[in-house]
Amino acid sequence: MKLPIPEFLKRYWHFLTRPLALALWIILAFGFFAGIIFWGGFNTMMEMSNTEAFCTSCHEMRDNVFEEMKTTIHYSNRSGVRASCPDCHVPHEWTHKIVRKVQASKELWGKITGKIDTPRKFEEHRLQMAMREWDRMKKNDSRECRNCHNFDSMDFSLQSKRAAHMHSTALASGELTCIDCHKGIAHKLPDMSGVPGW
Amino acid sequence: MKRRTVSLLWLPASVAIVYLASIAVLQGADNQPPPEDVESLRGSEPVGEVPAAPELKKYPKERVPMDLQYVGQPPLIPHSIRGYEITANSNKCLTCHALENAKSARAPGIGISHYRGRDGKILADVSPSRYFCTQCHVPQANAKPLVPNTYEPVESLKKP
Repeated sequence: MKLPIPEFLKRYWHFLTRPLALALWIILAFGFFAGIIFWGGFNTMMEMSNTEAFCTSCHEMRDNVFEEMKTTIHYSNRSGVRASCPDCHVPHEWTHKIVRKVQASKELWGKITGKIDTPRKFEEHRLQMAMREWDRMKKNDSRECRNCHNFDSMDFSLQSKRAAHMHSTALASGELTCIDCHKGIAHKLPDMSGVPGW
Repeated sequence: MKRRTVSLLWLPASVAIVYLASIAVLQGADNQPPPEDVESLRGSEPVGEVPAAPELKKYPKERVPMDLQYVGQPPLIPHSIRGYEITANSNKCLTCHALENAKSARAPGIGISHYRGRDGKILADVSPSRYFCTQCHVPQANAKPLVPNTYEPVESLKKP
């Protein structure tokens, strides 16, 4: 025997199961703005963590590598154009940047456990950290250098003789890349015994 | 009683006399004028005052190698050495001027004497006593000599 369903329940069920045409637009609009907020917020946070102020907010960076960098040409020079930490240490392209950011999240663990929280610990760990950066630069053909230093715009006639020779041969042929010769240009070097060429 | 007080006063009195006398003697020494012909490189400015710093010399970025000006002169560096680190960890100069790198870097190699230890034996690497290049080799700015000298180039040895 079939129970009679009251008419108002049928109408209510109908109301619930058949979306209004307007609802679809409301959901779309909500999704659109939520997307803007979340995506924008994500990117803003990522940009925030991509500043020198953020990098040097920890004493490990501020008292060691940042201090060392201040006398080098990438910080102070005649024309005042300078590089900040992420210019060299974080890829500028989005995909590579995300990959690097995820890798770098491991550094949070280092910060918590105090891996390099004294000058001595930093010095002991310096070779390992430097090798990681050299390796990264070697593998990506010094991509971060090339964000500013454009090979095609290099005027060899304005370079010193030796530099022009190296750039027009080894660098031009792709046999060597920037980091192969230009190590320790912005920070102090670790013990270089055993490093090829040193 | 009175007599004892007087004898007790003698001790501080004698100390005071010696003190005053020594002050008088030392002031007398201070008052002597310094010899006329002696002047330090920093000039005659009193020690308490800070003289104006001389203008910074500009090192040329690159130039042709300079001739030696006296026998046994360490060759001057004809290029900029800004930021070249010479520490226990690394020596930037040697990446071009060490004998094993000099040819590929097209740079003059350092003398074989720099591989000789203090006991005269030839070493496999640069002698620690020669490691700090800038102790002897410096870039040259256009600077006048601070003190006169009688150094002469090697030709002077030929003179009778």
